[in-house]
Amino acid sequence: MSGRLLERLMPWLLIVACFGIWEASCVIFSIQEFVLPRPSTVLAIMVKRADVLAEHALHTFYTTMVGFALAVVGGVVLGALVGSSRLLYKGLYPLLIGFNSVPKVAVVPVLVIWFGIGDVPAIITAFLVSFFPVTVNVATGLATLEPELEDVLRALGASRLDILRKVGIPRSLPYLFASLKVAITLAFIGSVISETVASNNGIGYLILAASARFDVPLVFAALTVIAVMGIVMYGLFALVEGRTTGWATRKMDYAMGG
Amino acid sequence: MSTPLVALEHVSLAYGARGGSTLAVENLDLDVPQGQFVAVVGPSGCGKSTLMKLVTGLLPPTSGVARVAGEPVRGPVKIVGMAFQNATLLPWRTALQNVMLPLEIVQPHRSRLRSAYAQYEKKARELLGAVGLGGFEDRFPWQLSGGMQQRTSLCRALVHDPSLLMLDEPFGALDAFTREELWVVLHDLWAAHKFTVILVTHDLREAVFLSDTVFVMSKRPGRIIARRDIPRTGPRRLEDTYTPEFAGVVQDLREHIGRERAT
Ligand SMILES: Nc1ncnc2c1ncn2[C@@H]1O[C@H](COP(=O)(O)OP(=O)(O)OP(=O)(O)O)[C@@H](O)[C@H]1O
Ligand SMILES: [Mg+2]
Repeated sequence: MSGRLLERLMPWLLIVACFGIWEASCVIFSIQEFVLPRPSTVLAIMVKRADVLAEHALHTFYTTMVGFALAVVGGVVLGALVGSSRLLYKGLYPLLIGFNSVPKVAVVPVLVIWFGIGDVPAIITAFLVSFFPVTVNVATGLATLEPELEDVLRALGASRLDILRKVGIPRSLPYLFASLKVAITLAFIGSVISETVASNNGIGYLILAASARFDVPLVFAALTVIAVMGIVMYGLFALVEGRTTGWATRKMDYAMGG
Repeated sequence: MSTPLVALEHVSLAYGARGGSTLAVENLDLDVPQGQFVAVVGPSGCGKSTLMKLVTGLLPPTSGVARVAGEPVRGPVKIVGMAFQNATLLPWRTALQNVMLPLEIVQPHRSRLRSAYAQYEKKARELLGAVGLGGFEDRFPWQLSGGMQQRTSLCRALVHDPSLLMLDEPFGALDAFTREELWVVLHDLWAAHKFTVILVTHDLREAVFLSDTVFVMSKRPGRIIARRDIPRTGPRRLEDTYTPEFAGVVQDLREHIGRERAT
């Protein structure tokens, strides 16, 4: 019982401990505010500049979610194609890997040339970094169907679409949700990267502008905001995952007597 | 009655088209009359699972003809139910929902399922009851033991009233007691519904207890090298397996396989 409680509290304890050590180090070594601000200062700034932070955070949230939504749609479609056809799998995989290996920071300037400064490069960057894990996971979920199960269904005269609907999709849902958790955090990275290079809006822009003024506490406040958004969205998807595809993990819970 | 439900005529199958092709079965001849219970035994890797795939149309023969109900098999024949050594149940469906899966695929049930759902559900529940799973219908596969999963899989193979039941070592992964219990379950289901069965097994006692005819296959490339009819005198009981006659038949078959493995 106390083990379970500890498990729940552990993340919070660790966060508090980290901030405690950070705060103490700043005081003990009397570190300058424009080098490394204390957590308490960062917190104070977050309250004081809440309006500015909220405005930019909302903007980043918007571009991230649009990019992420596109990535989910694109990733599911592409993953379904790659996962259900051997030919496409062989053909597309090297291309996808190559594409994913390109550092997305390097792509942003090109996007700026094509679309100008603004939201579009941020949305596209968020999309580009986050669609890969979705594609790979959906493809894996579909491609790893047991051959015997496929035989059972095919012998009944099931069409490919039947097999996809009855087995492929439900089977790949846990993989999809697992990838969404990762993809959403990547999407935040994508949009912020793009904003630091090519935007007048959003957390990335705010960080760049603040560091140009040596307003380091504001930079840290902005970083904290983005981290919190990432954690919250991750948590949200983890929750949805647990609700909808619990069967994939429930075996373990039962074994532990949950 | 004269045309057998399943007939293999000089069927050969080679895996792997280019270069290193493996001849899995060669010149396979086999007749299974309607309503018969047939067992196929043979050394491991001799092509028993391949035979199943040929009969169900999952694989086209390299040469020869496979016929079901007199018609040459081209593509999956839709009158079969199948069960394998692994129960292959869908973990997100309850036992009942797993059993009802074929009804969502096979016509005419497929188009009737929605309007006559209650009726179909009742049938699936009865089937689960018949194999001793009454009360477990709403459990998920991971909440069932291996034997219970296998029973569920058997129900899934039968729910759409297939005229041909194909079983590939369905009891291979079970302990001896559960296995013998399921022999009786299968025997009773067969006696009640009289579908045709092709059972692949490694267990000669299983083959002799359940079937009308046992076919022995040679080692790869598989052919039928022996055929043994086991006449029925009414329903069989587990006690019969301890009689000297029964042991004699099993011993006889064992010698066939032993000779085959020795060569
Ligand atoms: N998909 C495949 N590709 C290539 N060779 C195969 C394939 N499936 C089976 N084989 C080969 O064909 C032969 C017969 O295989 P099969 O699975 O029919 O044997 P089996 O009698 O069912 O064996 P077991 O009793 O071990 O289940 C084996 O030698 C195997 O190596
Ligand atoms: Mg086999």
